[in-house]
Amino acid sequence: MDFDFTEEQSILRDSLDRLLADKYDFEKRKAIMAQPEGWSADMWNAFAEMGLMALPFTEEDGGLGGTPVETMIVMESLGKALALEPYFATVVLGGGVLRLGGSAEQRAELVPQIAEGALKLALAHTERNSRYDLNHVETAAKKDGGGYVLSGTKNVVLAGDSADRIFVTARVSGGTRDEGGIGIFMAGKDAKGLTLRGYRTQDGLRAADVTLDNVKVGPEAVIGDPEAGLPLLKRVVDGAIAALSAEAIGVMGQLHRLTLDYLKVRKQFGMPIGAFQVLQHDAVDMFVAMEQARSLTLYATMMADSGDDDERTRAMHAAKAEIGRAGKLVGETAIQLHGGVGMTMEYAVGHYFKRMTMIDVAFGDADHHLRALAAKGSLFG
Amino acid sequence: MELRFTPEEIAFRDKVRTFFKENVPDDIRDKMAVGEHIEKDDFVRWTRILDDKGWAVAHWPEEYGGTGWDPMRQYIFLEELQRYPAPTPLPFGVNMVGPVIYTFGNEAQKKQFLPRIANLDDWWCQGFSEPGAGSDLASLKTRAVRQGDHYIVNGQKTWTTLAQYADWIFCLVRTDTEVKKQEGISFVLIDMNTPGIEVRPIVTIDGGREINEVFLTDVKVPAENLVGEENKGWDYAKFLLGNERTNIARVGMSKQRIARVRDLASKEMSGGRPLLEDERFREKLASIEIDLKALELTQLRVVAADAKRGNTGRPDPASSILKIKGSEIQQGITHLLMQVMGPHALPYHEDIEGSNEPPIEPDYAASAAPGYFNYRKVSIYGGSNEIQKNIIAKAVLGL
Repeated sequence: MDFDFTEEQSILRDSLDRLLADKYDFEKRKAIMAQPEGWSADMWNAFAEMGLMALPFTEEDGGLGGTPVETMIVMESLGKALALEPYFATVVLGGGVLRLGGSAEQRAELVPQIAEGALKLALAHTERNSRYDLNHVETAAKKDGGGYVLSGTKNVVLAGDSADRIFVTARVSGGTRDEGGIGIFMAGKDAKGLTLRGYRTQDGLRAADVTLDNVKVGPEAVIGDPEAGLPLLKRVVDGAIAALSAEAIGVMGQLHRLTLDYLKVRKQFGMPIGAFQVLQHDAVDMFVAMEQARSLTLYATMMADSGDDDERTRAMHAAKAEIGRAGKLVGETAIQLHGGVGMTMEYAVGHYFKRMTMIDVAFGDADHHLRALAAKGSLFG
Repeated sequence: MELRFTPEEIAFRDKVRTFFKENVPDDIRDKMAVGEHIEKDDFVRWTRILDDKGWAVAHWPEEYGGTGWDPMRQYIFLEELQRYPAPTPLPFGVNMVGPVIYTFGNEAQKKQFLPRIANLDDWWCQGFSEPGAGSDLASLKTRAVRQGDHYIVNGQKTWTTLAQYADWIFCLVRTDTEVKKQEGISFVLIDMNTPGIEVRPIVTIDGGREINEVFLTDVKVPAENLVGEENKGWDYAKFLLGNERTNIARVGMSKQRIARVRDLASKEMSGGRPLLEDERFREKLASIEIDLKALELTQLRVVAADAKRGNTGRPDPASSILKIKGSEIQQGITHLLMQVMGPHALPYHEDIEGSNEPPIEPDYAASAAPGYFNYRKVSIYGGSNEIQKNIIAKAVLGL
């Protein structure tokens, strides 16, 4: 058993942290957020140059053959910087669909473009009534020659407005909540009948609602078995949960660090407020929650590529539930200990809190995953 | 990064499992499995089996009878021991005074005491807390005055666990009243058969008799029973309290108890179906399991870090949370177990000597409520959780 990074992994972390420290401080981030796209093309290119886009793909496909550990490292660093670029949507979600479900031809066409930063992806799965259930799919896919015609509406497609291609879940057969009959289809952003409404999310990132009005896709746009896409979708989302957990650890680390700094410099009653025991214990509670969440993030990361569906899914339920409840405690306490300053848009801590909060409501909040784990049975074999 | 055990570690785990299966007396395992009280004789029998195998003081240096296992093997050993379940070796000798003696004691003390600790020939108890010295331990008042080649000890110790069985007590005593309170404390070993020692039981809220008051009146202690230097006892006490971290989280024990909760909840009925099918109950169980899984990984992070850089004696930042989370989880499980028994947790099962009354059914519910009551202690002893938080705030967070 070994919790240490390899030398290469340490270098990856250090160089990404350096790049972000240099180019992505809080003020620069604010300026980037104020641009119409809401993220920085320069940073995107810098990420691509570092090889971040190519990381998880196999070398045969044009990637770097990285493991979920590399993804964890990148996501934690991006979380630390509150990066706005669509890395998660492109590489983890879209890239996950391609990596785990794409045909050789599809991968050969798209992975090199992703690797060089030329192609951005998104995954459209959430619907108005689906909440967190991946099997709840009303969007229809009707067979049309060799291809399909897609109709329906997808909501809150993360980074949807910057994606060149969108993976859409749609129902080929069966009832709205059936596990079978769900396919994953690839649609270009300019496809006829596809309208996209982009907007900012609460954490300063971007998302879009996507309306599909008889959008025609060819046979080359079908990912895997169009009648049995759910297992693939679940694997992709499990990987995404591990990655989001890592981002959350980066966010929590900053929430905790900023709070400790503040406790040491802010003076009231003639002394640093960090001298007060009640605030010290709050800071310790944050620390304990964060370390416990980190432990389960490591666990989720090691399980992310496991072919054992049952064990992998349990690990993700545990990790995401823990991230949700730890993140809430760490975030709320950080704001509380900062007092009024924590409430201001001017100061960083509130922005970390907002990202932390939005991570909880993506891909299942703490209650959702707790319930799901409870239904499945024990975490211990 | 690799979170699986190596093939060698798995082989080691299997070896340990097989040994427990073949050597833990069934009656002791059965008592452990249902949370029944473990008697002195059970401890002695089991410790001697372990000592014959050379595993009674597994984590000690090899020259004093240890195994030479690396920290990961030490962890696996304890995890499997707790999970089997079998009693963990009595901590007062093996984890507390033993390491103090081999680290700070003289050769004569090592020779006299260490082998007898390993074989449980001597039952040790801990004389730290006093009525006026709890969390503020350094304010202790028990006085030791040097008279020729003896110390004369007067004072009172309290919360002394299993002192009723003890052959020896290790005590913090005040040897200098003129200096800062931490600088006038010494660490002495006292034979419980010395005249002037009186042990009085304290009955705890679960009805148990594990703790005691120990009164010391003009107790004559040979000067050679001083450990290390006079007035350096506080350093040894801090060492003692700080060096226990492979076992403090008790992950293996909590796993075994969660398995028991599941087993009982699948038999106890609620709303016409097994309680285990109740959603609310399952969520509470899942919630504790998530905490426990996280703690297991946190514990393993500490163990792996120790293995990598050798045990420096300096706690890893993550290790400081083991006591807090470990105790919360243990307490949570005892509460869940009591809830499983529902109204059957109510009867107080009196152990009346010579009585022929049949036990109140179901007899396995007897320990449910007492177990919950008793385990309130785990967030109090060994430095209360609030004291742990003070330590983390200072040592880890720099506040």
